[in-house]
Amino acid sequence: MSLSVASSRPAVFAGSPVPVASQVAELQARIRGMQRTRIDSQGLPTSPGIAELLPGGVLRAGTAYSVHESTSLALALLAGPSAAGAWCSVVGLPALGVEAAAAAGIDLDRLVLVPDPGLQWLQVTAALADVVTVVLARPPAALSAAEVARLGSRLRQRGSTLIALGDWPQSEATLRVSDDRWMGLGDGHGYLAARRVTVSVTGRTLTGKPRRKQLWLPDAEQGIRPAGLAGVPAVRPVPANQERHEMAVS
Amino acid sequence: MTGPLPSPSSRMAASSPVRTLLLWCPDWPTDAVAAELGLAPDAPLALIDRGEVFACSAAARAEGVRRGLRVREAQSRCTGLLVLPYDPVLDHRVFEPVVAAVEQIVPGVQLSRPGTCVMRARGPSRYYGGERQAAEALLHTLGSVGVAGAQVGIADGPFAAEQAAKLHSPAEENIRIVPAGSSPEFLAPFGVELLARPELAALLRRLGIHTLGSFARLDEMQVRDRFGPDGVLAHRLASGFDPSDVDARVPPADHSSVVEFEPPLDRVDQVAFAFRTAAEEFVARLQASSLVATAIRIEVSTENGDSRSRTWLHPRFFTAGDVLDRVRWQVQGAGIAESGLNSAIAKLRVEPESVDPAGNHEAGLYGGATDERIHSGLSRVQSMVGHTGVLTARIAGGRQPSDRRILVPWGDLPPGGEASVRASQGLPWPGRVPGPPPATVFPERRRVLVSGAGGADVAVDDRGELSAVPVSFAEPGGKPGAVSAWAGPWPVTERWWDAGGRRLNRFQLVDESGGAWLLVLDDSGWWAEARYD
Repeated sequence: MSLSVASSRPAVFAGSPVPVASQVAELQARIRGMQRTRIDSQGLPTSPGIAELLPGGVLRAGTAYSVHESTSLALALLAGPSAAGAWCSVVGLPALGVEAAAAAGIDLDRLVLVPDPGLQWLQVTAALADVVTVVLARPPAALSAAEVARLGSRLRQRGSTLIALGDWPQSEATLRVSDDRWMGLGDGHGYLAARRVTVSVTGRTLTGKPRRKQLWLPDAEQGIRPAGLAGVPAVRPVPANQERHEMAVS
Repeated sequence: MTGPLPSPSSRMAASSPVRTLLLWCPDWPTDAVAAELGLAPDAPLALIDRGEVFACSAAARAEGVRRGLRVREAQSRCTGLLVLPYDPVLDHRVFEPVVAAVEQIVPGVQLSRPGTCVMRARGPSRYYGGERQAAEALLHTLGSVGVAGAQVGIADGPFAAEQAAKLHSPAEENIRIVPAGSSPEFLAPFGVELLARPELAALLRRLGIHTLGSFARLDEMQVRDRFGPDGVLAHRLASGFDPSDVDARVPPADHSSVVEFEPPLDRVDQVAFAFRTAAEEFVARLQASSLVATAIRIEVSTENGDSRSRTWLHPRFFTAGDVLDRVRWQVQGAGIAESGLNSAIAKLRVEPESVDPAGNHEAGLYGGATDERIHSGLSRVQSMVGHTGVLTARIAGGRQPSDRRILVPWGDLPPGGEASVRASQGLPWPGRVPGPPPATVFPERRRVLVSGAGGADVAVDDRGELSAVPVSFAEPGGKPGAVSAWAGPWPVTERWWDAGGRRLNRFQLVDESGGAWLLVLDDSGWWAEARYD
C-alpha cells in the first residue's frame, strides 16, 4: 500500500517540473521585490529569468546597471518593469529593433525613444529619468566623473533605473554576454531560432568570482529563460526546399 | 402631355415655396485652391477626386476639360493642365470667411456646399428696398472680400433659385430674378437632368419626357405609384413647389487668434515672446466655452506675402505653453523641411482644428496623473531635441526588419493613421525572415565582405543558385573571419513592375565569434541589414 503511494507521488510532479520551478522562482522574485533590501532602495518587478542573475535577485530602483554588447539582454531587463505597467525609454540607440523590443515583452505604448540626443545626452537622460521608470541608454565616451555622480544622485532621488549599454562607473552590477551559441542555423539550411548564452555578472555587492548563468536569449518560443537541465529546445526543422524557393512577390 | 401647367392654387396652396435667394460662385473649388496656393487665376487647373476630374478652372474648360473625365483623358485634351487632388477641407476653410462676410449683412445663411449659399429673400429685400437691391448689396460685399464673378438667383424655392443663378454666362448680368409665382413656367423648358437623379432622368427620356415642364404635367399620384417617394420629391421640384426651406446655420464661434507684427520679426525668440499673450488668450477663450483644442493649425505669413501652415496634434490637449512650443517649432522649421521661412514674419494665426468638451479631459481626483507627468516630462525633452527627436514606435507590416518599424514623433499620428498601420500589420507578408526579430536594425545598412573558398565571389544567379559557399565574413570595419553557420539565399522580389521595386537575396550568417547577422545581397553587393546581438 505504502509502495503504491510512493510511486504515485512523483507522478503528480513529474508532469510539470519546469512550471513549478519557474513558479517558485517567480514568487521568490516577487517577495524580494517587495522587501526593501536597503533603506533607500526598492525593487522593480523583474522577470524571473533575469531576476536570479542580479545581485539581490531583483532590479533595484534608483540605481544603474551596465550591460555589455548585448541589446537583447538590455531589452530583457526592461521587459519586467514594462510588463508591470512602467514607462520605459531608450536614449541614443538609433538602431534599436522595435520588433525585438516587443518580442522581449516591452509594451510599445509605454516606450519612448530618443534616438539622437546629440550633445545633450546628460540633460535628456536626466529629464527622462524624472518621469519614466527605466531608461536604457548608450552613454557617450566622454562623460566626467562629476556628471556620472550627478546623474546617479538624480536616479536615487527619483527612484528610476538606468541601464547603460557600455561602461558605467557607478553601476550596481555589470552584465556581460559571452559564449554565444545559436541554434537552428546549419551549413546552408535552417534559420536562427534560439540562442544560448553565458551571462557573467560582476557587481559591487558581489565579491570574488563573477556569477555565471546560462540563459536562453531567446528560446525557440522567443521567450527568455534560464538554460537549466531542460536541454536543447525543440527547434522545428525547416525543409530545405521550402526555404530555398520561398519567393515573395507583392 | 398637353394639359396646362397646374396652377399653384390648385395644389398645395398651404405650403407655397419659400422665396429664396441663392448665391453661387462659379468654379469655387479651383478658385479656392488657386487662392490658397497662390496660383494664377487663369491657370488651367483640374481637381481630381477618385481618379476623375471633380472641378476644373475656366481656362481648362476652354481646352475641353470637363467634370467626370479620367485624368489621362483630361491631360491629353489640355497638355499644360495642372492636376491636384481635391481637398474638401481646404474648400470649406477658404469659403468660411466668405460666408462670414455674407452673415455680416444678411442673417440666416445656409451653406449648401462650398461656393453656394442660400438665404430667405424676404428679409433682405425688405431691408434693402427690393430684391435686386439686396442682391447688389450681397455682390458688393463679396467683391470686398475678393470674390469676383459671383452670381445671384432669386426664385420660389432653392431649386428654382439655383437654376436661376446658374442660368446665364458670367458675361451677362449676374443677377437673375424669377418673379414670385412664375417658377413653374421658368423651370418648364429645362431638361430633366437638372433633377440630379441620373437613373430617373434616363428613364424619363426614354418615356418621351424631356423637360421639367412635361414631367410636372404628370399626375402626382401616378408619379408616386411609379417612382416612389423620391420620385414625388423630384416631381415637386420640377413643378416649382420646392418643399425645402432655408435651414440657416448657427455661425460657429471664432476661436482663432491672430497677431500681426509691425515691424515684422525675424527672430524665433522674438516671435515666441510676442505671441505669448495671444496663446494664453487663445486657450482662455476656448476654456470660456468649456472646450479644449486637441489639434491646432498654425499659419505663418511672411513679409513678402509667403504663408505656410501646418496642423499640429496633441496627445492630450493644448495648453498655452504647448501652443507656444508648436509656434516655435514651426518657425524654426524643426518639424518639416518645407516650413522654413526666408523672410521676416509679419502675421501669425492659430486656429483650433479639432476641439473637444473640456469635461472629457478633466484629470481624475486620484489617478490619471501619471500620464500627465509623463507628458510634461516628454514635452520638456521635446523642447531640447525638437519635435521629431522624441519618438514612439509601432510595428508595421513588411518583409525587411527596417520596413517593420514606424517611428512617430510623440503626440503625432503615424502616416495614414493607426488604422493603416494595423491593416498592414495584419497582412500575411509571405517571405519575411523567420525566427526571433533582430535586436539591432541598422538605420542605414552597412557594407560587409563575404567571400567563398579562396576569396571567390559569392553571387546568386537567376535560378537562385549560389556560385560559391560563403566561408569568410568581415563585419563592417572588421577583419575577415570564418563563417560558422549560414543559410540562404531567401529571395525577395517586391513590386517588380515598378521602378521603386527591389530585388534582393537575404542570408542569415553566424560569424566565428558567435555573432549573428542578417545580410542582404543585391546588385550593389553584400550589406548587413540587422544584427542579432
